[in-house]
Amino acid sequence: MFRVTRRYEFAASHRLHAAQLGEEENQRLYGKCNNPYGHGHNYVVEVSVRGPLDETGRAVDPQLLDGLVARQVLERFRHRNLNEDVNFASVVPTSENLAAEICRRLKRNWSAAFPGAWPRLEKIRIAETPRNIFEIRADET
Amino acid sequence: MAANHHGHNYVVEVSLRGEPDPVTGMVLDLKELKEILNRQVVAPYDHRFLNYEVPPFDRVIPTAENIARDIWQRLEPELCNETTRLHSVRVYETADLYVDYFGEEPCSA
Repeated sequence: MFRVTRRYEFAASHRLHAAQLGEEENQRLYGKCNNPYGHGHNYVVEVSVRGPLDETGRAVDPQLLDGLVARQVLERFRHRNLNEDVNFASVVPTSENLAAEICRRLKRNWSAAFPGAWPRLEKIRIAETPRNIFEIRADET
Repeated sequence: MAANHHGHNYVVEVSLRGEPDPVTGMVLDLKELKEILNRQVVAPYDHRFLNYEVPPFDRVIPTAENIARDIWQRLEPELCNETTRLHSVRVYETADLYVDYFGEEPCSA
């Protein structure tokens, strides 16, 4: 069994602000990430899949994975304000929630790109900056 | 595209598991690991045309997956004992595509 990881990048902006909390509480909680005009990140997203080798000697066809990620993640979020995305209407677009949303989107559309039993989505890893890194396992969403 | 001959600057990461030796404080002396990696991997692979010069790639397609497994098989006999176990072999084909191989079963010490 192999784990293959493909790395993607996109730029997007967000503002961390919880609607249920007041201005002061948001400022205390999120600090500079609560700046009313938002701020940007060059997100680095790693998508890891798991599987046995197929007849081509690979665990995944990278072109199929690239197509799925382009349609479901890059085209959706690239150069967008994440707060305006319908899926973040009631959830703060932290990188935790972004990772969970990316994972759900890939899982929901997985079988269209990969109709067989393998490969399976294993985990999503998002580096918001080189020092802030978030991971979620596909079997946990 | 991959059917044409082409090159990669492969990067290999080898991970071991184990308890530190009570005297040296090390799981494995990294000088020893370096010597094993040079002898088992770098010497046979480096600057070679994998398909022609490095068995088993005369008959196995040299995908990153198969390279990771071949490196595992070269290293496992030397890195499987009571104190140290080979945990994973990671092969970067590019910075944006890498493979992890964990063996088919834990090495039997």
